[in-house]
Amino acid sequence: MSFLTIKGAFRHMAKIGVGVFALATLTAEAGDKLVIESWRNDDAKVWNDVIIPAFNKSHPDIKVTFSPTPPADYNSALQAKLQAGTAGDLITCRPFDVSLALYQKGNLEKLNDLEGMNNFPDVAKTAWSTDDGKDVFCLPMASVIHGYIYNKEIFKELGLSVPKTESDFFKVLEKIKDESRYTPLVMGTADQWEAATMGFQNVGPNYWKGEEGPKALIDGKEKLTDPEYVKVWEHLAKWKPFLGRGYQAQKYADSQNLFTLGRGAIYPAGSWDITTFNEQADFQFGAFPPPTPDGQKTCYISDHTDIGIGLNAASANKKEARIFLSWMAGSEFAELYANQLPGFFPLGNHKISIKDPVASEFLSWRGQCEQTIRNSYQILSRGTPNMENQLWNVTVQVLNGSMEPKAAAEEVEKGLKTWYQPHM
Amino acid sequence: MMTHSDIRKPFPWHILVFLAPGLLIYLTVSVYPLLDTLRLGFFSEDKSGATFFVGMQNYANLLFSEVWSEPFWNALKNNLMFFVIHMLLQNPIGLLLALLLSSPRLRLSGTYRTLLFMPTMLSVVIVGFVWQLLLSPLWGISEDFMYNIGLGDYFDAWLGKEGTALVTLSLISVWQFVGIPMMLIYAALLNIPEDLNDAGVVDGANSWQIFWNIKLPLLLPTISMVSILTFVANFNAFELIYAVKGALAGPNFSSDIMGTLFYRTFFGFQLQQGSPTMGAAVATLMFLIILIGVAIYLFFVQRRIQRFQL
Repeated sequence: MSFLTIKGAFRHMAKIGVGVFALATLTAEAGDKLVIESWRNDDAKVWNDVIIPAFNKSHPDIKVTFSPTPPADYNSALQAKLQAGTAGDLITCRPFDVSLALYQKGNLEKLNDLEGMNNFPDVAKTAWSTDDGKDVFCLPMASVIHGYIYNKEIFKELGLSVPKTESDFFKVLEKIKDESRYTPLVMGTADQWEAATMGFQNVGPNYWKGEEGPKALIDGKEKLTDPEYVKVWEHLAKWKPFLGRGYQAQKYADSQNLFTLGRGAIYPAGSWDITTFNEQADFQFGAFPPPTPDGQKTCYISDHTDIGIGLNAASANKKEARIFLSWMAGSEFAELYANQLPGFFPLGNHKISIKDPVASEFLSWRGQCEQTIRNSYQILSRGTPNMENQLWNVTVQVLNGSMEPKAAAEEVEKGLKTWYQPHM
Repeated sequence: MMTHSDIRKPFPWHILVFLAPGLLIYLTVSVYPLLDTLRLGFFSEDKSGATFFVGMQNYANLLFSEVWSEPFWNALKNNLMFFVIHMLLQNPIGLLLALLLSSPRLRLSGTYRTLLFMPTMLSVVIVGFVWQLLLSPLWGISEDFMYNIGLGDYFDAWLGKEGTALVTLSLISVWQFVGIPMMLIYAALLNIPEDLNDAGVVDGANSWQIFWNIKLPLLLPTISMVSILTFVANFNAFELIYAVKGALAGPNFSSDIMGTLFYRTFFGFQLQQGSPTMGAAVATLMFLIILIGVAIYLFFVQRRIQRFQL
């Protein structure tokens, strides 16, 4: 390259530099562009095509961008971005302690006086309130319900009916195992979280009597070594023969595929699976709540406040962000969200009709059963070792048959004992 | 006309100028963060995010208190295992492949070289994904393959079991990185003059004796360099385990190594809050382990290696 061309190149680069700089100042001046941080990268299409355009109909001057991070990286990426001051204006909140810690560090704005916040009952707000319940820092967005999704065609083919009690449930599983080549229970333990979330937290509320359980654990009145918890692991230990071959290496996506390909009969589910199954399964599927232990009249379900949205305390566009949040607190958003993402259930007091049949099946259990949240989410996962992670670990071992139910209970209780005063 | 010795050499400013950009980058993105990590390890953090000095507390916790020491020693043990498997397989296989490739009778050696080196250039995430599919009991082809060679009964969900997860992951890693020792040793082999081999043949040595008495001693410096590279890479490893098993490195932490332990501690995981200060302590220990390993190598191995002037 001759000297002349180098000089030319420099001049060219200088021009581009000025252009980029001008562009940067322009966008900075525009200022009313809201960025939403989220872990729900599956939902990007719904936000971009439906929710944001709906908002822009009434507020055309506020631009909103949905910018998700993959779920597994979300917490760490968000923390890094908040520290560096590059996080978006609106922050999707995990329930309980993860968001509480952000609030305590001053990353999230107090939202007590947000317009529309009074549309939500206290139960919905607990996941994003301080321990004393005084301050709310995220707007409740949706909850997810646990249960089982089953392949209706396989049930019909084998002449099975939906199990109501625990012994019914295992009889159904036996029958599928004996009389067909279908995998009776579609779940793996490779990713670990399914075991705790779709296993332990799904089956458990029936044994620890819904909300009573987590409260008693927090107060220290109950211990995980008490029979109502050991029984949950005993129940799960009985799953082993009904899980597919090589389930120890079966990942969450494998389970979803296995079920949507029609190779399995019952899938321990979270209601968020409905969207995936609607897209992929070409057979009829239905849902049933966790069968109750024999003789128990009341049923309990895990109806978990899972997702909220808060305001970054360092945001430069707080006024616009509050307008957006207030809109999200209204019925228009609730209706859109619930129907675009069947399986995520709104937490507000709005009357909403849910069109998806399986989603409304899940929702109908709210009328028949008592609801509770996952028992490790509030307070009990604050220390090290962390109860949620321990539940993943020991439940996988129980399902893999490498740990006795009693030992699992003892291990988690031992962990809680090391740092949580009421259990010492 | 001045003679050469009359000129007082001016200070070599140009060297400084040319070094400056590299040095500056190295100082800011490598040395400073390292020193700051060492510093951060002596601090702890309260709820509001404020840090305060705690001295050696973090290290005492990591090494002696049950909650931290159990995962720490477990991760260290697994990491050693990971390294030992690499040493036992990656380098001997690399050597063997290099010897085969350098054989003048081998045709298409360029093609083999490229194919064998290929996985090294793939992203770890892809490697993890592909091997998970291959080994999957649901969709994988390994089971059929094993039945075809009559070993079907031995097939198992290797990646999912406590006893086999770490070994399987190590083997995947060996498969991916065997190209590096192969290429380095191959390059060293090409540097050995034919005359030496010919002289050996004239003296009546068979090919095993030529390998053992001529080639191997000349390759030793390269092999020991490869070993120390493997050591450093293995104790820094993280991506493959994270890509395949996630940050909880299950089942029951059987594939947890220093890298995944560090990630969990520093960034947190699921409901567990990350702790930058405790994470810094873990990172410092990783640094020290690597430092000690390299120091041992320099003092006890590197100094004894004889280099031959060829």
